[in-house]
Amino acid sequence: MSKRKTPGLNTQSTADIAFLLLCYFLMTSTMDQQSGLQRRLPPMPDKNQKVEDQKVNRRNIIMVRINSNDRLFAGNEALDISQLKDKAKEFLSNPTNDPSLPEKEDKEIAGLGTYPVSKGVISLQNDRGTSYQAYIAVQNELVKAVNELRDELSKAKFGRPFIALTEDQQDAIKKAVPQNISEAEPKDVAKK
Amino acid sequence: MPKFSRSGKKDMPEIGTSSDIVFMFLFFFMVTTQLRKTENMVMVKLPEATEIAKLERKDLASYIMIGSPTRDKQAQYGTDARIQLNDSFKTVDDIRDFIAAERESKSEADRQFMTVSIKADENVRMGIISDVKQELRRCSALKIMYAARRAEK
Repeated sequence: MSKRKTPGLNTQSTADIAFLLLCYFLMTSTMDQQSGLQRRLPPMPDKNQKVEDQKVNRRNIIMVRINSNDRLFAGNEALDISQLKDKAKEFLSNPTNDPSLPEKEDKEIAGLGTYPVSKGVISLQNDRGTSYQAYIAVQNELVKAVNELRDELSKAKFGRPFIALTEDQQDAIKKAVPQNISEAEPKDVAKK
Repeated sequence: MPKFSRSGKKDMPEIGTSSDIVFMFLFFFMVTTQLRKTENMVMVKLPEATEIAKLERKDLASYIMIGSPTRDKQAQYGTDARIQLNDSFKTVDDIRDFIAAERESKSEADRQFMTVSIKADENVRMGIISDVKQELRRCSALKIMYAARRAEK
């Protein structure tokens, strides 16, 4: 046997290389998930259209204002941010049918039957000097209030939290508890 | 002489584990090089929130960054909050062109789902953000997202 066999390449490391490749792709795929609070801005009013004050009953609207010192006011009373969620929940659900809180309208919702949908609108106003952090904190509390109301309703109706519902059920709940947060026009812009 | 002797001089030298180390270095550098498309010219520390939702279609998002310029640019641009679109500082008036360009880059069917993600530093004032919002309304880019990071509970 004079013919010598050349030894094969050492392939032990290929597994390692593959593993490293895996790590590489794991790390380069963007880890910073894009998340945040989604909103829909109201469309710009048409110039030709007369600016008619939206006929919203006074009891159906709550003004949440944040002034330039990040002080929070709901209606006319000063509030701490920790109280805002309960205030908003009370406002949106109106459990005792208080005449000073928003009225409700019976609506036929597929999958839920008739449900008294609140007409309440939370109007969020801010000053130019408000810090973004405070603004987001307030937005967050308002979204939390809506989410909790949705959760409560879905537990009552379907016996499961909102997240566990099917898409249709979620849509029904969303219709029953709409997220009516209006970001008002910055009224104080001109005054500054 | 055993069959699998390695004493022969004509044998190929074994590739040792040094190749692994080389690969490791390679990957290390590949990982540490940033693959970001645009360079951050503003410092953005996102505000915290708990009720955040994930952006469903990342490819349909366009970003508006608002914050004070990074350290090395402060000498030139000052510390006032600035708007960054793509790769440069812009003013509120440039948003219209930016949105138009972003719309153009998306496919026709997806244009209505385009989301503008506002990445603003937690310390900026709402004035500049209100301006941006008004401009977005004027361009009828109504789907927006306030980028936020999840608060630790």
